Amino acid sequence: MKIHYATGLGALFVVAIHILMRLVVPYTSSLEYDHVISNYHNFLYAVALEAILVLVAIHGFNGLRVILLELRQSTLWENGVSVATIIAMIALILYGTRTIIIANGIGL
Amino acid sequence: MQEPVQEKIILKVFRANIKKGNGTTFNTYDIPVQRWTTVLDALLYAKFHLDSSIAIRYSCRMASCGSCGMKINGFPRLACYTKISELESSEVICEPLSNFPIIRDLVTDFSQFFNHHKNIHPFIMNSTDESETPPSTHAHIQSPEDVNKYLQFSYCIKCGLCYSACPTVATDIKFPGPQALSQLYRYHSDSRDAGKKRLDVVDNRHGVWRCHFAGSCSKVCPKGVDPALGIQLLRSFMLGLSKD
Amino acid sequence: MKSLEFGNARENREGLRGWLDPSRYGWERFAYWAQRLTGVFLLIYFIGHVYETSSIAGGKDAWNLMLELTQTIWGHLFLILVIGTSTFHSVNGIRLILTEAGKGLGKPGRPDYPYHPSSLNRRQRSGIWIALTLAAVAMLYGTNILLGEH
Repeated sequence: MKIHYATGLGALFVVAIHILMRLVVPYTSSLEYDHVISNYHNFLYAVALEAILVLVAIHGFNGLRVILLELRQSTLWENGVSVATIIAMIALILYGTRTIIIANGIGL
Repeated sequence: MQEPVQEKIILKVFRANIKKGNGTTFNTYDIPVQRWTTVLDALLYAKFHLDSSIAIRYSCRMASCGSCGMKINGFPRLACYTKISELESSEVICEPLSNFPIIRDLVTDFSQFFNHHKNIHPFIMNSTDESETPPSTHAHIQSPEDVNKYLQFSYCIKCGLCYSACPTVATDIKFPGPQALSQLYRYHSDSRDAGKKRLDVVDNRHGVWRCHFAGSCSKVCPKGVDPALGIQLLRSFMLGLSKD
Repeated sequence: MKSLEFGNARENREGLRGWLDPSRYGWERFAYWAQRLTGVFLLIYFIGHVYETSSIAGGKDAWNLMLELTQTIWGHLFLILVIGTSTFHSVNGIRLILTEAGKGLGKPGRPDYPYHPSSLNRRQRSGIWIALTLAAVAMLYGTNILLGEH
């Protein structure tokens, strides 16, 4: 449960930064390709995005895992749910990290 | 002398007989009520005058034994403690408590509930050292402040209303339930108790961490035990945020 | 009419219906229901968001195609819903972190009739109302930003 509290608070902080970045210029122009790429090229912002990805993924999939664990109880189901949510979480983090790395310009 | 005002209400009672295996239904009875008539009074009137086959569990009739817990108009209550007049409805629907297996009609099986309670070792454990003999003979001194830490949780009458209301109990058969968890806190916070190993029973994925403070347990408790408070205080201790 | 099995641990449990009906037990139960619902909704949104923003790796054309699909009236309305649900989930989440750590619930004592439970007090309950209010304010602000430019 400590993981859930910690990632929740951490995610709140970095998501607030993410949203503010969309509001420093008029909203529509903040979504233009060149502006977004320039955000990704800012290393600190890229680190913040990675932090959001990791924290929200852990918080969200842990929450889903809790819901599913409460829904049904058998050793097979519980182990299956834990494994499946961890795999889904890692997959999403890897996919998002790929986007951040490519957009940051390092390329793969 | 003025005659007490008599009204009639419609009492709908859940009927089920497992041994006969006929499925479930509701039977309807017209019951005369007065200002002070309780749901238990109405059920017993139906049983004694209209249909003696209704199965009800009751005993003290004064909210002390916890036997007559049932869902009344969808909400878990003690039948002896609920006046017809406070329901503000001319139709009263009595169903067995949710989350308990049904034996017959309004009577449910409390064995799972009591097992969860037994698992948390609901007794004072003075010393974890079994070699200590003879047991100490001095009285355990407790100040009023010491007593207040656990007093309200000791008023639990094991009626099962909290277990019926809890959303986690609705789906998780391994979750001990608000009654067992708050009783664990009752013994944990008692200064006479030394049974810290009791916490290991609930420090797992189906233990205290599956409570999400929906507060329904405290909402339905008829004795002011406030199990939600006990569980959050227990959690606070287990998170290392408080000393007791 | 359903048949009954005696002695089954699952029997007569409210099940998912018990989770999905928030109406009977007051504000805290409503907040539990809303926290779960918004959490699942936000997880689904998050997965979609990570997928849609990955189009930036496909270059300007791919990104603009994604924008054409999402920067629509329906896209904006959906985003306003996301703003509201994330605000509620965050503020209520902070309230839960505090209450589940035992803060703001009062102290145990001798229960006296009418046995109002100290944990279901206005102080922690106001956190729910604040969460709902802030969610509404955030949605209004979001509406102004997103739909105000049209």
